[in-house]
Amino acid sequence: MSPIENRKANKIKHEEIRRYKIIQMTDGVLIPKKNDGSVLNSWRVTFIFSIALLFTLVVFFPDPYRKIFLFVITGIPVTFQATICAIIGAVLIGTLTGLGAVSKHKIINIISGVYVELIRGIPLLVQLIFIYYALGRFFSLDGMLSAIIALSICFGAYMGEIVRAGIQAIPKGQMEAAIALGMSRAQAFRFVILPQTLKIVLPAIGNEFISMLKDSSLVSAIALSDILKRGREYISRTFLSLETMLIVALVYLTITLLLSWLVGKLEERMNENA
Amino acid sequence: MPNIEIKNLDKTFLAKDGTLVEAVKNANLEVKSKEVVVIIGPSGSGKSTLLRCVNKLEIPTGGSIVVDGINITSKQTDIRKVREEVGMVFQAFNLFPHLTALENITLAPIKVKKISKLEANKQGLALLERVGLSEKAQSYPAQLSGGQQQRVAIARSLAMEPQIMLFDEPTSALDPEMIKEVLDVMTDLAKSGMTMLLVTHEMGFARAAATKVIFMDEGTVIEEGTPDQLFDHPKNKRTKDFLDSIL
Ligand SMILES: Nc1ncnc2c1ncn2[C@@H]1O[C@H](COP(=O)(O)OP(=O)(O)O)[C@@H](O)[C@H]1O
Ligand SMILES: [Mg+2]
Repeated sequence: MSPIENRKANKIKHEEIRRYKIIQMTDGVLIPKKNDGSVLNSWRVTFIFSIALLFTLVVFFPDPYRKIFLFVITGIPVTFQATICAIIGAVLIGTLTGLGAVSKHKIINIISGVYVELIRGIPLLVQLIFIYYALGRFFSLDGMLSAIIALSICFGAYMGEIVRAGIQAIPKGQMEAAIALGMSRAQAFRFVILPQTLKIVLPAIGNEFISMLKDSSLVSAIALSDILKRGREYISRTFLSLETMLIVALVYLTITLLLSWLVGKLEERMNENA
Repeated sequence: MPNIEIKNLDKTFLAKDGTLVEAVKNANLEVKSKEVVVIIGPSGSGKSTLLRCVNKLEIPTGGSIVVDGINITSKQTDIRKVREEVGMVFQAFNLFPHLTALENITLAPIKVKKISKLEANKQGLALLERVGLSEKAQSYPAQLSGGQQQRVAIARSLAMEPQIMLFDEPTSALDPEMIKEVLDVMTDLAKSGMTMLLVTHEMGFARAAATKVIFMDEGTVIEEGTPDQLFDHPKNKRTKDFLDSIL
């Protein structure tokens, strides 16, 4: 290759490097993007619809909807507490799992791989109930702590895959430059690779947070007084099943849409910085 | 006396499709203290691989490399100690994008040499001044031009106070107008007595700064000599053909 061809090849390489910053979203609602008119619209329509319906029901039909609403929203702090703690747990587990997946030790590779396969192959509800019972058998933990641990373990596997993809998206030259300076691989990961990985997986973590917020409702089946559980309590008291579940659904929807908007903003800002 | 002795070096890659690629075959090469040795040769001739074996970014499959009296191909050698002595500058700069220019330079001295942050900053600023980028200390790599990035990368390597510097096509990724600023820094470095082994297509630089030029083809050293010998009176036909093709 002539120097000029070489230079061209390198420009292309840099384009690729720029592109790696975009990590595919895995789940959750559509996230509004600035230059995507139709998605912006569908998000808006859904959001306005959900807010308007919730507002109308709560304001103009105090019986039963306002009562239901006031009862159900007492579950919001519980839902958020469980989700925030569990996302932190999942990020920690996911970082270890992701590092395990790219490790040079075969055994560590396999351990992290088996964990990911195991979790991905079992329905979330089954896992959550299993972990809940398993924890209950050996430790006496309260509902909240069990829920957090169960969610952390379940989402840790998916987070591990995100972190692995993030690490692999960092150009090889970064590790080589660090090593050539005399750093150990551990130092290179800690000071060079992981800080960059964190930055590119942040939107994906936000997205996992939204998924988890929704899926945390599964834990309410066993342990928590979260939004869904409060709804079910209300139903058992009043038998207003459809009305209550409508409010529960609208509360989840509104929260999820708001969070999606936040994640979209976050992504936009990161792309601007990139 | 910092020097490099490469004897009968082999490096065979197992390519993804299962074939064996003999990138370096029985290569012999010596770099004495304070020498500036330039490797030239066509693309794919094993120049990068040879260079990367010297600080063990690639593990040689045969032969021996002795750096500064230490046999780095021996299993007992702590390669990290050797890497502290051997700096490397890459074609693609490979600056750490999440750190400022100054932080890029001070990271390794702080974490590897365990010197204080204050000390490292003082040294880092002095190095930035040496490569003419004092005012860019707080800039991130993305805010710098290619030439500036490569100069920061050179300063980053120098911060570990290496005895030997390796350069792998340091100007090949640069727009033409930025090549000179990087070559100037390298020329100063050569004048200061640094032992250098580099791959470059800048024949003007090779003529002016090299003490020895090596021509590689198909993984082997074909010919070596002073710049005048090799450029003006090449003995080997392949050397001649290559020089004709690039001029
Ligand atoms: N990691 C690798 N895996 C497989 N083949 C490789 C690898 N690195 C280099 N090679 C091959 O080795 C040969 C020499 O490559 P290289 O040392 O990069 O040449 P140069 O720097 O002279 O252009 C080429 O054929 C290249 O395809
Ligand atoms: Mg090369």
